[in-house]
Amino acid sequence: MAEKQFKVTADTGIHARPATLLVQTASRFDSEINLEYKGKKVNLKSIMGVMSLGIGQGADISISAEGSDSEEAIRSLDELLKKEGLAE
Amino acid sequence: MTFLQGIAASNGIAIAKAYRLVEPNLSFEKHTVEDITSEVNRFKTAIEKSKVELEAIRDSAKIELGADKAAIFEAHLLVLTDPELNGPIVDKIQSEKVNAEAALKETADMFVSMFEQMDNEYMKERAADIRDVTKRILSHLLGVQLVNPSMIAEEVIIVAEDLTPSDTAQLNRQYVLGFTTDIGGRTSHSAIMARSMEIPAVVGTKTATEEITNGDLVIVDGLKGEVHINPTPELVEEYRNIHQQFEAQKSEWAKLVNEKTLSADDHHVELAANIGTPNDLKGVIENGGEGVGLYRTEFLYMGRDQLPTEEEQFEAYKAVLEGMKDKPVVVRTLDIGGDKELPYLQLPKELNPFLGFRAIRLCLEEQDIFRTQLRALLRASIYGNLKIMFPMIATLDEFREAKAILEDEKQKLNASGQKVSDSIELGIMVEIPSTAVLADQFAKEVDFFSIGTNDLIQYTMAADRMNQRVSYLYQPYSPSILRLVKMVIDAAHAEGKWAGMCGEMAGDETAIPLLLGLGLDEFSMSATSILKARSQIKKLNKVEMENLAKQVLNMQTTAQVIEAVNAATK
Repeated sequence: MAEKQFKVTADTGIHARPATLLVQTASRFDSEINLEYKGKKVNLKSIMGVMSLGIGQGADISISAEGSDSEEAIRSLDELLKKEGLAE
Repeated sequence: MTFLQGIAASNGIAIAKAYRLVEPNLSFEKHTVEDITSEVNRFKTAIEKSKVELEAIRDSAKIELGADKAAIFEAHLLVLTDPELNGPIVDKIQSEKVNAEAALKETADMFVSMFEQMDNEYMKERAADIRDVTKRILSHLLGVQLVNPSMIAEEVIIVAEDLTPSDTAQLNRQYVLGFTTDIGGRTSHSAIMARSMEIPAVVGTKTATEEITNGDLVIVDGLKGEVHINPTPELVEEYRNIHQQFEAQKSEWAKLVNEKTLSADDHHVELAANIGTPNDLKGVIENGGEGVGLYRTEFLYMGRDQLPTEEEQFEAYKAVLEGMKDKPVVVRTLDIGGDKELPYLQLPKELNPFLGFRAIRLCLEEQDIFRTQLRALLRASIYGNLKIMFPMIATLDEFREAKAILEDEKQKLNASGQKVSDSIELGIMVEIPSTAVLADQFAKEVDFFSIGTNDLIQYTMAADRMNQRVSYLYQPYSPSILRLVKMVIDAAHAEGKWAGMCGEMAGDETAIPLLLGLGLDEFSMSATSILKARSQIKKLNKVEMENLAKQVLNMQTTAQVIEAVNAATK
């Protein structure tokens, strides 16, 4: 199990394009990957789950992965969030 | 062969195979299934097929419409393969032993209502995505074909009940030779769109979607408003000739592109164009427009999920002003409401939208929206010859209030060091009878009038122009309408101001002689009508038309007026 916390910096928060990118990236891994915000946990491979959280700028989120490629999954998601200027 | 009579909405002849833009029947019965495994497989196959289809649509949208427009299909693909949607559907098939259609519909509906209840506009829009994706999966379960207008790859004639702006946005202009619809009139959105795309169209056929099947050979006669289905070879030949003659006449008119519009006795009037987006400028220039008489800014606000920013608007206005060089560009401020809705503004439904909270009424109330647009316009004003007009003005107070807001924004911009033109003319649309009647008083304060005949006629006749059953009351040549037009023109001239017209009537062959006679200064019409109008005006004598106008103002019926015009201009 791997886990990492982030603070959302994108001014539009995590919807539209950012959500699409996150889900597309997460879907490439076999691990079970979850996104947690305000005590609510959703499947990061589910676009509807991610968007239903309504994550805005400044939100504290946590991403966790469980499975054979969990370390790699978290590393890729971390890279994506930073490269796109979505969170730090 | 079959023949349909409709309304000629856009000039020209088109001959091609029919492509029906009609939603297929997606209804089904809920029932229990015995073989759960094969039902789950049926569902998975439908997902697979939908995926292949959506990927193809996404790829072609990327090429034809750009990555921006293709993004929506990217989102659809994610919804399609979303484990939180598919998991519960499979569970439902297994636990409740229901057919895949019912499991899909019930699960998706739950998500749709969940997203619709969110208080964020963006989320609400996502409900539409889920609905779209559900429809696609359902079509594969039921074995029917959804329409995919963006996938059209051969020359076709579009057959539809009606065409919305988002339908037309998806059409590839290269392949759409013409279209025909069941409903609509000369002023409906689909008709205006056809003229700006410069393709022949016949609207209001009532039964085109019933009579025409996919692949039928269809002739759209946009000159006479006729549609021929599976015509004889002789008729096709005849129409090819008409098409050639029409093209020949067009090239004859094309010689007038760089000429001024002068009557036979050398009276000059200005022929301008109505546009909706900066993309329409090409047509204006190719057709010799002497200006833009109506820039409908609402297209900037439509087909999206939030208001356009000041910057986006500024860029569009600047592009139009620069594109027209120093020729006049009359920009109409936001005219939303009535038949033009903006879902993201969430305005309450009204019983009489045409008589309700629309255009300037909305702008004076929602001042943030109005001020953003005015700032964008003022900033763009230094790039050309800008004139601003307010729509749906009913009282002088409304005009004064709108003008005060404009002045306020101008001062703020000046104070911040932003350059703004000092010579922006400020006018109003005259489309409400109260304003036409009081035009002499308005003329003291405005710089110009532009008569919007589509609405002026509907309000004067008290006849909803979207209602087919009262369409006989759309009578532009009625002496009552002509008297109102005269009042407005005379009022403008008495104060040394100018009067234009930007409704359909300004480009109408029968109306032009009368309008010339009444002294109209500017005629604004679809770009494609300009050269024909110029060629007509060259043959008319202004003084004779003044006499004709005088006569018809004292006539009793529209029929008498038409007869008099025909006799005088034969």
